[in-house]
Amino acid sequence: MSDVNRGDRPLSPHLSVYRPQMSMITSITHRITGVGMTLALVWIVWWFLALSTGPESFGAIDGSLTSWFGILVLVGSLWALSYHFCNGIRHLFWDMGYCLEKETAQKTGIAVFVASVVLTIIILLIA
Amino acid sequence: MSYLTDKKRVLGLGSAKEGVGHFTLQRITAIALLPLAVLFVIPFARNLGGEYENVLHSYGHPFNAVVAILFFVTAFTHLRLGLQVVIEDYVHGKAMRTALLLGNTLFCWLFIALGVFAVLKIAL
Repeated sequence: MSDVNRGDRPLSPHLSVYRPQMSMITSITHRITGVGMTLALVWIVWWFLALSTGPESFGAIDGSLTSWFGILVLVGSLWALSYHFCNGIRHLFWDMGYCLEKETAQKTGIAVFVASVVLTIIILLIA
Repeated sequence: MSYLTDKKRVLGLGSAKEGVGHFTLQRITAIALLPLAVLFVIPFARNLGGEYENVLHSYGHPFNAVVAILFFVTAFTHLRLGLQVVIEDYVHGKAMRTALLLGNTLFCWLFIALGVFAVLKIAL
């Protein structure tokens, strides 16, 4: 009888019933930034292919990447990379069993957001 | 009498259908990408919008070329594993899920090949 009423039983409490917490915000942002970088990555491989093809195709792709939309995607992806980079380090520490206490995880979560913005600005300044 | 060992008979039959290979490769590529991402992004940002000849010369340098190749291989491998988990979490229809998982793997392999081919053509 395990098949009876499968599908319209009540679901377990979903995201909307929780007050936003640092652990869930950083986790969801980690996913969004990871998936979001796909576009820039594909665009950059395209840029390399054009560079290997010749000056005309390189000019076209380089022009598209340095247009306002290209720059918007690249700067957005640079922040996404910085965030994913910092929060990735946080995950690696968790994997080794460090910094798992609730208060510590909240502090490192805030630190990751601050560090991601600082890292983005540093790379924009030096590059 | 079966010639299969007990271990061979149960391998892959757990709910995950696999071992820790996915987890391990995700961490290895993550650690590799920490230096590679920095070493890739800075010369890329400096070359973006540059003169064709100068950019070509910059990526003709063995260091930049090898970093770019390593970056493409590890980044698209890391992306493949990450997108796989996202698809497994959010796509539930069997046909759609299988199609997306297959497409994800082929897409990431294709872009590794395209990126490595381009850098080799530039640098060699």
